[in-house]
Amino acid sequence: MTVALSAKEVAAKLEPKFPASIIESNKDSLLVKSESLFELISFLKTTPEFDFNYLSSITAVDYLDYFELVYHLTSMEHNHSLVIKTRCYGRGNPTVPSIVSLYEGANVQEREIYDLMGISFEGHPNMKRIFLWDGFEGHPLRKDYL
Amino acid sequence: MVIVNPNVNLGNLPTLSPDWPGGFWWHWLLFTVIIIAVVIVMIMVNVYIARRQVGRMQSRVGPNRTGPFGIFQPLADALKVLLKEGIEPASIDRLIYWLAPVVAVVPVLLIFAVIPFTDGGMLADLNIGILYVVAISSISTVGTFMAGWASNNKFSLISAMRVIAAIVSYEMPVVLSIASVLLLVGSLSMNDIVLAQQDIPFILLQPLGFVIFFIAGLAEISRSPFDLLEADSEIVAGFFTEYSGIKFVLFYLVEYGEAFFFSCLITTLFLGGWRGPALPEWLWFIVKAVLVWFVIVWLWATLPRVRIDQLMALAWKFLLPLALINLIITAIQVLALPEGSWWVMIPVNFAVTAVLILLWSKLFKLGWGRVEV
Amino acid sequence: MAIRTEPFVLNMGPVHPSTHGVYRMRATLDGEVVVDLEPVIGYLHRGVEKLAEERTYTGVIPLTDRLDYISSMSNNLAYVMAVEKLAGIKVPERAEYLRVIMAELQRICNHLIAVGSFFNDCGAYFTPFLHMYREREKIIDLFEMVSGQRLTYNYMRVGGVSQDIPEEFLPALDRFLAQMPRCIDEYDLFLKENEILLARSKGVGILTREKAINCSITGPVLRATGVKWDLRKADPYSVYDRFEFDIPTGSAGDCYDRYRVRIAEMRQSLRIIEQALKQLPSGPVRVEVPHLVRPPVGEAYAHIESPKGELAFYLVSDNSIAPYRCHIRPTSLLNLSALRDMAIGWKIADLIIIFGSIDICLGEVDR
Repeated sequence: MTVALSAKEVAAKLEPKFPASIIESNKDSLLVKSESLFELISFLKTTPEFDFNYLSSITAVDYLDYFELVYHLTSMEHNHSLVIKTRCYGRGNPTVPSIVSLYEGANVQEREIYDLMGISFEGHPNMKRIFLWDGFEGHPLRKDYL
Repeated sequence: MVIVNPNVNLGNLPTLSPDWPGGFWWHWLLFTVIIIAVVIVMIMVNVYIARRQVGRMQSRVGPNRTGPFGIFQPLADALKVLLKEGIEPASIDRLIYWLAPVVAVVPVLLIFAVIPFTDGGMLADLNIGILYVVAISSISTVGTFMAGWASNNKFSLISAMRVIAAIVSYEMPVVLSIASVLLLVGSLSMNDIVLAQQDIPFILLQPLGFVIFFIAGLAEISRSPFDLLEADSEIVAGFFTEYSGIKFVLFYLVEYGEAFFFSCLITTLFLGGWRGPALPEWLWFIVKAVLVWFVIVWLWATLPRVRIDQLMALAWKFLLPLALINLIITAIQVLALPEGSWWVMIPVNFAVTAVLILLWSKLFKLGWGRVEV
Repeated sequence: MAIRTEPFVLNMGPVHPSTHGVYRMRATLDGEVVVDLEPVIGYLHRGVEKLAEERTYTGVIPLTDRLDYISSMSNNLAYVMAVEKLAGIKVPERAEYLRVIMAELQRICNHLIAVGSFFNDCGAYFTPFLHMYREREKIIDLFEMVSGQRLTYNYMRVGGVSQDIPEEFLPALDRFLAQMPRCIDEYDLFLKENEILLARSKGVGILTREKAINCSITGPVLRATGVKWDLRKADPYSVYDRFEFDIPTGSAGDCYDRYRVRIAEMRQSLRIIEQALKQLPSGPVRVEVPHLVRPPVGEAYAHIESPKGELAFYLVSDNSIAPYRCHIRPTSLLNLSALRDMAIGWKIADLIIIFGSIDICLGEVDR
């Protein structure tokens, strides 16, 4: 049975290493600042105790004040999972660091989020639209598009 | 040792005398038309047999609606394709595009002038029959390459390149295995080859030659498992992607015509041609050709296809050395053994075939794998 | 002296006999060798995620049918599980067992097409494909009995399944289970030891374990590399923890292993269906759920082991009749992440085989 790690405990373990990065942690998910997202996930991937080697999915949700990115991580060795969230503000060109160098599976998912939601990812090797054609204007999955 | 006297039946004109009404040339015209009609009818029969047989092998019925038992299906297909619009892309090389089907079809029809349907029953009993066949059959390759080039389509170009590579490679084993048969006959005339098989068909005397000729011939006519030249799951339709209408029918004719002439060649060279007990001779010929076609379609329906580098490896590393060895062994047997000693040759040849094929197939690598880029 | 050659770009366009749908690959070729590969997708993008925000929770179920249109039952299952997790609905026992039976039948159906298409791409002229379609017809007849449809079943509902099985279903299923093992043996007879198939697919398109996990690849492609990860055992959902079955794995991670893993999974699915039939309880097949379901505010992530890999739905609800956000984890799109690295250095013919052995469905890639 995949154990969904309690975010509070994980936050407690991460707090000493990444002070002031973790904004909030409830039963389900861990909310972190987007600047320290890359280091945090990198730490979670490389530490043997967590060993999150498998990225299940990245999702973006448009809560009109902010965009929320949800990362589902799983460890196949220990069979536990964790949900990490981060937020980015502003409708113009919100930016979040990319985790493509950690997980190659994030490549297409981040392109899809850029295409449909308009969130750019810094450090992504090929930040182009993936589903819609290159001249398309607008980002359809946003709540204010149609 | 020579099995048959080469002075028999030297380059006769057709057996009907030239004082046929109208003289020699009307006689020639009539039989040319008859031969071409026979070829086209046989091609349609082959198409029908193929479709029914493939259908049965795929646990379904095959065409059975157009006419009783679906026998008019090939005719219906031909009519349908003939009536279709010939769509031409705008950027083709027009002259070559139009000439390519012609250059491909004419040699295929020319070959049937020397195929012996009965004893001396052919349009031209050339005393260099088999040389003529080998030479003319290579010309249709030029037609397919012209088609691939003129279509201005990368898929067609890839297919045309594959065609050239494959046909050139497989000419050698074909010619060498034919040469081994000719050592036993002593004459190049097609009718003499059949006459020489009066005691025993050459498939028993030349098992290795038969296997090599069969495999290499399959590659020459690009049928499965070597149909990568027009592999429709990779390169759409290969060199005839851009053809439709009558030109497509001509390429279809080329493919099935080559297959039919290949079965006729096997019948003539290895299975005893028109020889057989009760039935008329031409019927035996047709029956044997259809039997060979049955085996070809069986292979088509069941085997996957090889890759181009595996195809080339098979030709150069496996078939060519074996064909050379076969030639040498046949030459030794012809020189050393007295006339008519086929009961010695048969078991020796079969043993040699088995040993060589089993051993040699372990010794070579079928194609190279991943290339460092 | 080496001949100077120039690579050219070949566009295996959206319309191609072998790309399993509208998938475009721009392959840079040096002769026949693939030097670079750039996939272009989006030809089947219908905006399912946006459409889902406009429909009720029950109204999204037909949309999910058309995602991976070859295995609709699995898509339905993943979605309704997500809604039930969100709303806290418990499904009756009989419905759970029926769901498992349908999902496993769907797995067999999908693998039949996958292996048949793989043989087709190898060049075996439709013969094994049509033999497998014979069995697929039997499964589709079973599905038609329960849902009235042959391809997009729309069978699962929030709180159970839409209707109980008719009386002719169980005898037909028994007949199917009796003859299917022999049919799978027949497929093995076709081409398992065939020299040409071994030469074409053994060692071709090798994917290593680390790369597969890093690229978020799941399903038979991952298991063929040797990783024993199957959500039915790792994170059992529905009633999968009550059945005994194995997880077949490969060792080399090449096309041949993927094909063998799929055949072995078909046999395991038959085992699961037999056990489920023995344990099938009686009772209602659906819980009373309001037609316009309003789950409380929250979010849920439900994943299943669909025939192609991990299929997951992430639903966010704001207590209205439509989902606030419905995100679908695109199994096939992620399985394609490693295609470029798998295919470089091989030839065009191998590219087609590698692509076919991953077994994608464009409806899931593009959504």
